Amino acid sequence: MADTAASAAPTGHAGSRDLQHHFDSMEQQRDASSLGMWVFLVTEILFFGGLFLAYTVYRSRYPLAFAEASRHLDITLGTFNTAVLIISSLTMALAVYSAALGRRKAIILFLLATMALGGTFLGVKAVEYTHKFHDHLVPGAGFRFPGPDARPAEIFFSLYFTMTGLHAAHMIIGIGLLTVLVLQARKGRYGPGYYTPVEVSGLYWHFVDIVWIFLFPLLYLIGRHLH
Amino acid sequence: MSAVTAPPAVDLPAEPRVNYLNSTYGLKSWLLTRDHKRIALLYLASVTVFFFLGGLFAVLIRLELLTPAGDLVQSETYNKLFTMHGVVMVFFFLIPAIPAVLGNFLIPMMIGAKDLAFPRLNLLSWYIYVGGGLFTLWSIVHGGVDTGWTFYTPYSTTYSNSHVIVTAVGIFITGFSSILTGLNFIVTIHTMRAPGLTWFRLPLFVWSHYATSLIMVLGTPVIAVTILMVGVERLFHLGIFDPRLGGDPILFQHLFWFYSHPAVYIMVLPAMGVVSELVTTFSRKNIFGYKFVAFSSMAIAVLSFLVWGHHMFVSGQSVYAGLIFSILSFLVAIPSAVKVFNWTATMYKGSISYRTPMLYAFGFIGLFTIGGLTGMFLAAIGLDVHVHDTYFIVAHFHYIMVGGTIMAYMGGIHYWWPKISGKLYPEGWARFSALVIFVGFNLTFFPQFILGYLGMPRRYHAYPEEFQVLNVMSSAGASILGVGYVVPLIYLIWSMRYGKAASANPWGSTGLEWDTPSPPPTENFAVTPVVTGDPYQYSPEEVEVVG
Repeated sequence: MADTAASAAPTGHAGSRDLQHHFDSMEQQRDASSLGMWVFLVTEILFFGGLFLAYTVYRSRYPLAFAEASRHLDITLGTFNTAVLIISSLTMALAVYSAALGRRKAIILFLLATMALGGTFLGVKAVEYTHKFHDHLVPGAGFRFPGPDARPAEIFFSLYFTMTGLHAAHMIIGIGLLTVLVLQARKGRYGPGYYTPVEVSGLYWHFVDIVWIFLFPLLYLIGRHLH
Repeated sequence: MSAVTAPPAVDLPAEPRVNYLNSTYGLKSWLLTRDHKRIALLYLASVTVFFFLGGLFAVLIRLELLTPAGDLVQSETYNKLFTMHGVVMVFFFLIPAIPAVLGNFLIPMMIGAKDLAFPRLNLLSWYIYVGGGLFTLWSIVHGGVDTGWTFYTPYSTTYSNSHVIVTAVGIFITGFSSILTGLNFIVTIHTMRAPGLTWFRLPLFVWSHYATSLIMVLGTPVIAVTILMVGVERLFHLGIFDPRLGGDPILFQHLFWFYSHPAVYIMVLPAMGVVSELVTTFSRKNIFGYKFVAFSSMAIAVLSFLVWGHHMFVSGQSVYAGLIFSILSFLVAIPSAVKVFNWTATMYKGSISYRTPMLYAFGFIGLFTIGGLTGMFLAAIGLDVHVHDTYFIVAHFHYIMVGGTIMAYMGGIHYWWPKISGKLYPEGWARFSALVIFVGFNLTFFPQFILGYLGMPRRYHAYPEEFQVLNVMSSAGASILGVGYVVPLIYLIWSMRYGKAASANPWGSTGLEWDTPSPPPTENFAVTPVVTGDPYQYSPEEVEVVG
């Protein structure tokens, strides 16, 4: 409660031009934004959670088919993309750090680097999708899979495309958010007094990375030891 | 909260004073507003439209069931009617009704804030709701959808030839409006409370909305991703639930009910919050067992996520899962009963006034008790197998959703109408229609308990002749109920123009929202209030204030 007990009228301290009328203080506004993003990320966890549940159910039901299907994914590209995303999390964290210090050029540089890494990830993902298309591994009428496990393998690839597709959609939204941040940062909007948008967008970006940290082993690395 | 250091609200003549309704004019000032009170009114208008649309489908259903033969509509059309009735009522009326209208309007005022934490997000959530509604309306106009509101696979993914995708997209979109509303409430209640307003000084309405918001935020994304899976399966022929590939349609049911059972509590928890406010105000007594009522809301929110399997006793889930879900479902009765007993104890030796909102609160308590107790029948596996998919189920959930949620919604709308509109509603007409609704409701749905127990299945447009008498009773009740809902629509709109001006606090209530003029100014409070006491400070000896 202490944080809301500040004076009723906006005071003239640093960054108050960024204070919206219904908040009493910058601290209160920042707490609200930060909590809002955390709550949103909780909903995102449950959003992906449904797919992870479906994955768990089918993998435990068809373990060998899932391992077999997993071997048709390109582990080199997958590993490369994992590295790309981890580095992008670093540049994002550096962007937030620069914003807190008010280093405008550094903010823009790190945000652009993060976007470039995100773009790289999506490009590699597109290449992988194209390969799957050529290999007839896209579920539907054209699906071809050698061996007796073709049908559960089709479920595996259905989950693969849904999960990675949803993840890619989140990446695209993230790049959109970062674009707005770059434009705002160019106007010098962010500094030590006010950088909440950079901070909460960073939370979102890290979240999307963490989803991939789960997707990568679950989709690419299962059952390699069975071979 | 009588002990407030803000200057006492002075009842000036309503005309010259600037308030949230007359501060700006024009369509744009409404469509681009960030004022939570105006957004609440936008929601009020839109949920009312969907309520009467859903009611229209109910009228056609009851007309068809007037006679045993399927004569008014074909079976395919009937399938679409009950589907659209369910979809519209559940997703576009019951879920948003109390939170998005009353919650939106009242939560900032009850906690002494100027607005919700994210006003733009609040407006966005209304646009998302309308966008989802338009998708659904499009599918209705173009022939509707026939899967039932539950969208069970594989019918919905593979076989149905109706507009499954468009309707599903509508529900998917609307879900995000629900998520954003819940998120906004949680953040607002955490960060925007007035000085001195500790958690245990919050009105119970706020507690129940906090619990509701948790369910919205945790449950809704699961239905969203489930709809997404149905969508990609139908559109791109991916196979996630497809039994031909070894997929499991029952998995869909698990995911669906993981949200849709808690969704029932999204509908009823805010209603319980409303009733807590009504009972204490109109009994002139402090709520009995404040912390029990507050924590029972949280207990219901937690338990709501652990009981979904009771919808699936006959689906082929394991017997042991059924046993566990049965026991957990019985547990929900405990916090629910805590509330009912505490309301009753609040009324005991109170100075009860039979105003319209209190009549609705009485209706809620009685009907919710019947709905809740029949829910216990259904939590018992043996009995559930007997009445599964019969009219017993239909009667049970209508007692909760219509007898519970809509009763409380109507009570809440009447109670806060003077605050919302600045005008008093006509008490005589209001009492009359409350009575009509109560009688019509019971005549509609009580016979359905008997029908279901006798074995009449739900979702059929024709039935054996021996069921006709009870069905005619039900249809007759539905027409009475319909009148009961139209009358308030007329007199509430009438009262906005011709009603007597309301004072700041016509009921002599002690909530913060009554410490500001009716209708409130855009910023809610001239000076941020400082709270020094409990939310309910009534005494039965005190003479009732009528303004």
